[in-house]
Amino acid sequence: MEVYLDNSATTKCFVQVADLMTQILCEDYGNPSSLHRKGVQAEQYIRYAKEVLARNLKVSEKEIFFTSGGTESDNLALMGGAYANCRSGRHLITTQIEHPAILQTMKHLEEEGFRVTYLPVDEKGCIRLEDLERAITGETILVSIMHTNNEVGSVQPIAEAGALIKRKNPRILFHVDAVQGYGKYRIFPKKLKIDMLSVSGHKIHGPKGTGFLYVDEKVKLKPILFGGGQQNGIRSGTENVPGIAGLAKAVELMYGKLDEDVAKLYELKKTFVEGVQKLDHVIVNGHPDETGAPHIVSVSIRGVRSEVLLHALEDKGIYVSAGSACSAHKPQPSATLKAMGIEPELLGSTIRFSFSVFTTAEEIDYTLRTMYDIIPMLRKYTRS
Amino acid sequence: MFTTFLIKYAEIGVKGKNKYLFEEALAQQVKYALKRCEGEFKVTRTEGRIYVHALSEFDYDETVDNLKTVFGVSAICPVVAVSDEGFDELAKTVVDYVDKVYPDKNMTFKVQARRARKNYPLNSMELNMELGAAVLDAYPEMRVDVHSPQMRLYVEIRERIYIYSIEIPGPGGMPVGSNGKAMLLLSGGIDSPVAGYMIAKRGVKIDAVYFHAPPYTSDRAKQKVIDLAKLVSRYSGPIYLHIINFTDIQLYIYEKCPHEELTIIMRRYMMKIAEQIAKENECLGLITGESIGQVASQTVQSLAVTNEVCTLPVFRPLIGFDKMEIVEVSEKIGTYETSILPYEDCCTIFVAKHPVTKPNLNVIKRHEQNLAEGIDELVKKALDTDEVVVVKYE
Repeated sequence: MEVYLDNSATTKCFVQVADLMTQILCEDYGNPSSLHRKGVQAEQYIRYAKEVLARNLKVSEKEIFFTSGGTESDNLALMGGAYANCRSGRHLITTQIEHPAILQTMKHLEEEGFRVTYLPVDEKGCIRLEDLERAITGETILVSIMHTNNEVGSVQPIAEAGALIKRKNPRILFHVDAVQGYGKYRIFPKKLKIDMLSVSGHKIHGPKGTGFLYVDEKVKLKPILFGGGQQNGIRSGTENVPGIAGLAKAVELMYGKLDEDVAKLYELKKTFVEGVQKLDHVIVNGHPDETGAPHIVSVSIRGVRSEVLLHALEDKGIYVSAGSACSAHKPQPSATLKAMGIEPELLGSTIRFSFSVFTTAEEIDYTLRTMYDIIPMLRKYTRS
Repeated sequence: MFTTFLIKYAEIGVKGKNKYLFEEALAQQVKYALKRCEGEFKVTRTEGRIYVHALSEFDYDETVDNLKTVFGVSAICPVVAVSDEGFDELAKTVVDYVDKVYPDKNMTFKVQARRARKNYPLNSMELNMELGAAVLDAYPEMRVDVHSPQMRLYVEIRERIYIYSIEIPGPGGMPVGSNGKAMLLLSGGIDSPVAGYMIAKRGVKIDAVYFHAPPYTSDRAKQKVIDLAKLVSRYSGPIYLHIINFTDIQLYIYEKCPHEELTIIMRRYMMKIAEQIAKENECLGLITGESIGQVASQTVQSLAVTNEVCTLPVFRPLIGFDKMEIVEVSEKIGTYETSILPYEDCCTIFVAKHPVTKPNLNVIKRHEQNLAEGIDELVKKALDTDEVVVVKYE
């Protein structure tokens, strides 16, 4: 049995998405900037994709910019936003549990003379609004907070944060990295006071190398790529037409029956969390219930090294992620788990299970039974 | 301008009656290295010399880089080869050569002629003088220095006449295949690939064995070892890499023996298994990357205990090296960056906090008796898992 429970790393592409992309790659392969019919035809796909995304977010089509994925969207939002607004101040705010695409970009901006505040989180992996309120100064120009954490699935108080930021100073840009949340939650930027929103295609059964950044039309952004001036000069480069069309297709399919799918995911999560808790000395991190993301369960298993459990599960056809890429030579404990105050001994014993619409109850059952078999055995043999 | 390379070899030149075997092996290795290069080449052996002739367009830098990986080569000399059309023509060719290779002529030089074909009208001394004079006439800014010239211009009179002045150092050593075969215990670390390189440098063909321990070590760790073998094979020629599943043996030792002795007992079994595979594959020795005192299992006492299980000689070319010296070689041969990728290998997964550093053979043997019941079966099973990967650099 093959059980893929690493859907926060990437997902299987919907077959309808792959079919559509093949059609575009092999038949409708024109460059949307070309003047001839082939170009117009290609442009239609982009137009349609923008319509789908704009409707989905309840925003204008002009506010959608296609990128190569979450990392580029985050880079464009932070660097483009910071450079365009550095005259109003040089202070940025983010959290300690962001994805490296945010943290490393912030680090780069620090080298460029910006000051960055990293908000701490509580033991469940959520920021506190008081901390955010205290962090905002007259110098602050941008706040970036992730929607759903990729390692433990904690969901941040985005609506409250948006309201708070705009109350303090409507000119502060609010960016949200929704790479893990999009496709599981309905996110309406205008209502949530979000100025920029990053989304990635391959986390929602779309193609790798695709994504977009929503940018409110009032936001001034400096481009980070230069070239032919496509997408209003914000993102030069020939549009990835098959990728863009595939991304939009995936969004249509994901949101077509979202409520049903999310209910099913929570059902699976509940079964899995209950099953895991039957094991001794196991802690489920973050929110094991419906206040956390429906598709992510982070588990710390005392006395078992995550990498070893990962490979033992792999041997049984089950694919998961080690909460922290860790080895005897170079332990690199996860920043998120550390920020949550997980005890150090468990940092290297944490595994992430992440589900998708393709995950079944049988797979969950098989995974649990396999864990009941393997874990006592692995606990017997440990490094002294 | 160069289409021929003279391959110089040092050590194999003095091997008496076996010389032709060494030369044959060297020519083979040169051909193997040239296969990786763009273009067509012919390798000839004449008058105790090896020449590489390019028969088509070729990439000079790529060709030299690959020739530099052939053990037994002491230097690679790009040469101009011409047929004998009298001394005046020769002088012209030499003057022309100097002009093309040395645009800046402000230098000292010396002509070093060698008359291998004795019926040539001028002898070596005369050639030195006459050709030197011709060069000086053409380029008055050049000066002769017979003691330590900046450039030595070699002119060799054979069937054809060869002119060269550039000597690119090769790796030295002896051609692989001229000295039997040995089995390298290859881990994912820095040392073992270097050990393999050094023994291959002495002309020894190499097979390798890697012990993996799933789920404690990952497929990436295995791929890393294959990648390392590939880097070594750039010098050693194709390597047959044996991959042995060692998990059950390791867990059995963990269960039955004192934890501080786990590593040393484990290594004894690795040597045993490696020796068995070596014998089945006509290897006449084992190669390890051990260096005295580097870790607990490499103290003199530990080495003695590990060594005791083998009858084949164990070659430990790094035995007197400091870590920094090993790192230096690994950087030179290009294995360092792969070696430091952070995947766990099977030697570290269960390592005790305080492993024995002065093991006593009798004590170890007594504790190994705890394994008597099941170990032979497990060793047999491990040998059955042998997966052979043929690794080639291409």
